[in-house]
Amino acid sequence: MLTPDRVVSTVCPFCGVGCNLELHIKDDFIYHVSAPFDSPVNHGNLCVKGRFGGDFLYHPKRVTTPLVRKKPQKPGHRTQAFDLEEWQAVSWDEALELVAERLVEIYRQHGSDALAVYCCAKATNEDNYLLQKIYRALFRTNNVDHCTRLCHAASVVALQMAIGSSAMSNTAAEVIENDVFILTGSNPTENHPIIALQMKAAVRKYGAKLIVVDPRRIEMVDYATLYLPLKPGTDVPLFSAMAHVILKEGLYNRAFIEQRTENFEAFAASMEKFTPEVAEEISGVSRHLIIEAARMYATARNAAIYWALGIPESTHGTANALSLVNLALLTGHIGRRGTGLNPLRGQNNVQGASDMGAMPWHYPGYQRVDNEENARRWEALWNVEPGGLNRRLGLTTTEILSAVGPNGVRALYIMGENPMMSEPNLNHTRQKMTELEFLVAQDLFINESGAFADVFLPAVSWAEKDGTFTNTDRRVQRVRRAIPPRGTARADWEILCDLAKRIERRLGRSQSAYWDYTHPSEIMAEIRRGVPEYGGITYERLDREGGLQTPVWDENHPGTPYLFSESFPRGRGKFHPLEYVPNAEMPDEEYPFVLSTGRVLEHWHGGTMTRHSWMDDLYPQPLVDIHPHDASSLGIQDGDAVRVTSRRASIVLRAHVTEKTNRGVVFIPFHFHEAAANLLTHDQLDPQAKIPEYKAAVVRVSKARAEELAGRPELQRRGRL
Amino acid sequence: MTANLVNLTIDGIPTQAQAGMTILKAAQQLGIDIPTLCYHDYCTANALCRICVVEVKGARVLVPACVATVQEGMEVNTQSERVQRARRTILEMLYSAVDLSEAPEVEAMANALNVDRQRFPDAEPRHPPLIDDNPMYIRDYAKCVLCWRCVQVCAEDAQYTYAINFKGRGYETQISTFYEVPMPESTCVFCGQCIGVCPSGALKFKRQHLLEMGSTMDEILQMTRSERAGRRRRAEHPA
Repeated sequence: MLTPDRVVSTVCPFCGVGCNLELHIKDDFIYHVSAPFDSPVNHGNLCVKGRFGGDFLYHPKRVTTPLVRKKPQKPGHRTQAFDLEEWQAVSWDEALELVAERLVEIYRQHGSDALAVYCCAKATNEDNYLLQKIYRALFRTNNVDHCTRLCHAASVVALQMAIGSSAMSNTAAEVIENDVFILTGSNPTENHPIIALQMKAAVRKYGAKLIVVDPRRIEMVDYATLYLPLKPGTDVPLFSAMAHVILKEGLYNRAFIEQRTENFEAFAASMEKFTPEVAEEISGVSRHLIIEAARMYATARNAAIYWALGIPESTHGTANALSLVNLALLTGHIGRRGTGLNPLRGQNNVQGASDMGAMPWHYPGYQRVDNEENARRWEALWNVEPGGLNRRLGLTTTEILSAVGPNGVRALYIMGENPMMSEPNLNHTRQKMTELEFLVAQDLFINESGAFADVFLPAVSWAEKDGTFTNTDRRVQRVRRAIPPRGTARADWEILCDLAKRIERRLGRSQSAYWDYTHPSEIMAEIRRGVPEYGGITYERLDREGGLQTPVWDENHPGTPYLFSESFPRGRGKFHPLEYVPNAEMPDEEYPFVLSTGRVLEHWHGGTMTRHSWMDDLYPQPLVDIHPHDASSLGIQDGDAVRVTSRRASIVLRAHVTEKTNRGVVFIPFHFHEAAANLLTHDQLDPQAKIPEYKAAVVRVSKARAEELAGRPELQRRGRL
Repeated sequence: MTANLVNLTIDGIPTQAQAGMTILKAAQQLGIDIPTLCYHDYCTANALCRICVVEVKGARVLVPACVATVQEGMEVNTQSERVQRARRTILEMLYSAVDLSEAPEVEAMANALNVDRQRFPDAEPRHPPLIDDNPMYIRDYAKCVLCWRCVQVCAEDAQYTYAINFKGRGYETQISTFYEVPMPESTCVFCGQCIGVCPSGALKFKRQHLLEMGSTMDEILQMTRSERAGRRRRAEHPA
């Protein structure tokens, strides 16, 4: 029997649930992972990723020394280098000098608009705070974004417009206090597995009624009282028809509307056209189901709405999210325990990275960059001369790549992200990546994006550094260094402090913005001064009390399990009139199927982590889910090789014939570079949130030959699929 | 709230407890620890192992404290000779059939009760073959005490996946997938909740198992996919 050298308490690096972990370590090897049963987040439970998926950090392909490309790269001719033979191992000094030199040179010659940065929703709050500080305080640009843009951007925009906040209003564990809850555009059993356990318990043990509205027949449908299988992209008419019914039948909360909301009349008038009949025609869902769902939600004592990326990842994502906000305002199912508007965040720290201002329109704490008062406050905090910070809104994730070129973005710094897997329309992304003048990647592995870089800076994993993550229900939790860094890899915050000093020296500014932190706790102390919502968060408190849910206004404030009990941040909640706008691409004879993309239980996003884990053994190959009727009409059997073609590209992968997807919809996970789903997706954006439509590209499906399959050819059957 | 309180004595100490509370919890309030084995604070209690039995005045048989609730006027004895003998015998029978070398809590309990680990020298220990059928964890049912926690967390206590249950009867009873299919072919989602509640080292990370078998960390990391997969065929019945 093995006895551990130490057991380290920390937080899971995968999804936004933020499960507490205990790493059992022998000779710096994590050989066992347990979860504390008294954790308010996961109650001793974990999913396969948290339990078994941390082994990527030991993978032989991990890069642990700084690298510089042997062959100098030229804009327009940039190539990918996956092989270490194409890289020169260098010292940290050499690598960082080169990065500082090139970035400052481009800044001097072409100005701040020529620089852009992708922050990282996997990295800590402190890492993200520092990286945006470098670009804002030193390079004077707001071209700072991260994958939240590809994720919940439209939910954030909608919630900001309607109530002035942008996080989950309630705590995930409150789901057991719901009498009725709507789950839409979300597959929690695979993507937020621990919240799914609480949802299942809410139904089975606490008598809650679940309404699932989703184009896929996800596992949670087994627990649902009502299932509304809508066609992709018909969210606005469906949820507005529910509002129509609630209005017609007088089931709305008059007192709440009078006391807490505005714009009700205009909204009510715009709902007039969304009759259940119209919604049935557009969404394919029976009018009777829509009416029943409306009554069930409106008449519940406590009801809540949970959604994930099926709502925002659309060219009308903001409207989709507003249609949900409207329902909550109409019924007053917000501002109490067991109610709320709850966007389930994807990444472990996407809430935190957003809170830290890793976004082009906001300083940390969602303070607009085009507000003079905000800019002055940050100028004072960062020792920047008055008027020095850039007041113009920066470019978003997708805009940054589109802007690459001699008159736009020339240098890109990528911390931990993998746009070459996660951006829509990857052929376009590839083209833009090759046109960059200078590219820095800071990561664990040379992934599809890092392979384009000039300089590769080896960072450390979550188990090798200290910091904090903020989970989906706004809980700031401590991440603790459990093992020393592998090789000469360094914590992101250490790399960034070192780099910032080299940049600052070259720029010759009279005052330093300050980079001499000796521990992430000192960075948090600075964050507290700039972000009132983090005002009461100290490492001492986190160590003593566990997680703290923001806002935490001061050191005596206990944190905030649920929001808006008294008022909304913008004062009154604002109803928004809505119109139905079809998806950018609609199925036709040539492209008869709608492609939805997403994740599977065993993998994470672009695959940088999980495809370097033993978990890849459990789900080793890409599969396209197709309904049995559609498969049989195409003569496709389960396991056959098929070609999926959109207007932009074509990929070959195996078919998984399953009723988990509905007729006319096919589903492909985007983790697999050998059949990258995002080659197929299109890059049209929601006009307000700039989020792409990952959930609805049109495709055709045809049989292919097994020899055309890339990667691992053998088919592995799993019982759970 | 007093209306919901009941009066009882535990080991001669008068006390009050909330109606509906188990004897186990009422004793804990007084600082009296009743030993448990199958019981887990975060699982449904089923009174399977009977280590937690106590003597209740007037009751015909010993009562399992993990499920029996307090009643008005109850007189509980957690340490009587009859209780001690029952607990001792249960552990002695367990030692005769199960490998308890990785169950430190049972060891401590056995030491406290002066258990004779060789009391049944003619008993036949169970030694089903170790099941290594997936890259994540191994199942060594020679160490299984049949506490049922793994089955419960796989079902309603946590995961709602229902991948495992009992197979066989009596001495042959063992935890298994349905039809004994290899774990990847079952509904298992590899959450590892079962490992988290296993009290006796029967369920273990593959990595840990390999380290204990003498592999080094580097050897483990260099294993190929097929080496990691283990034996992906149906577990054989013990002869």
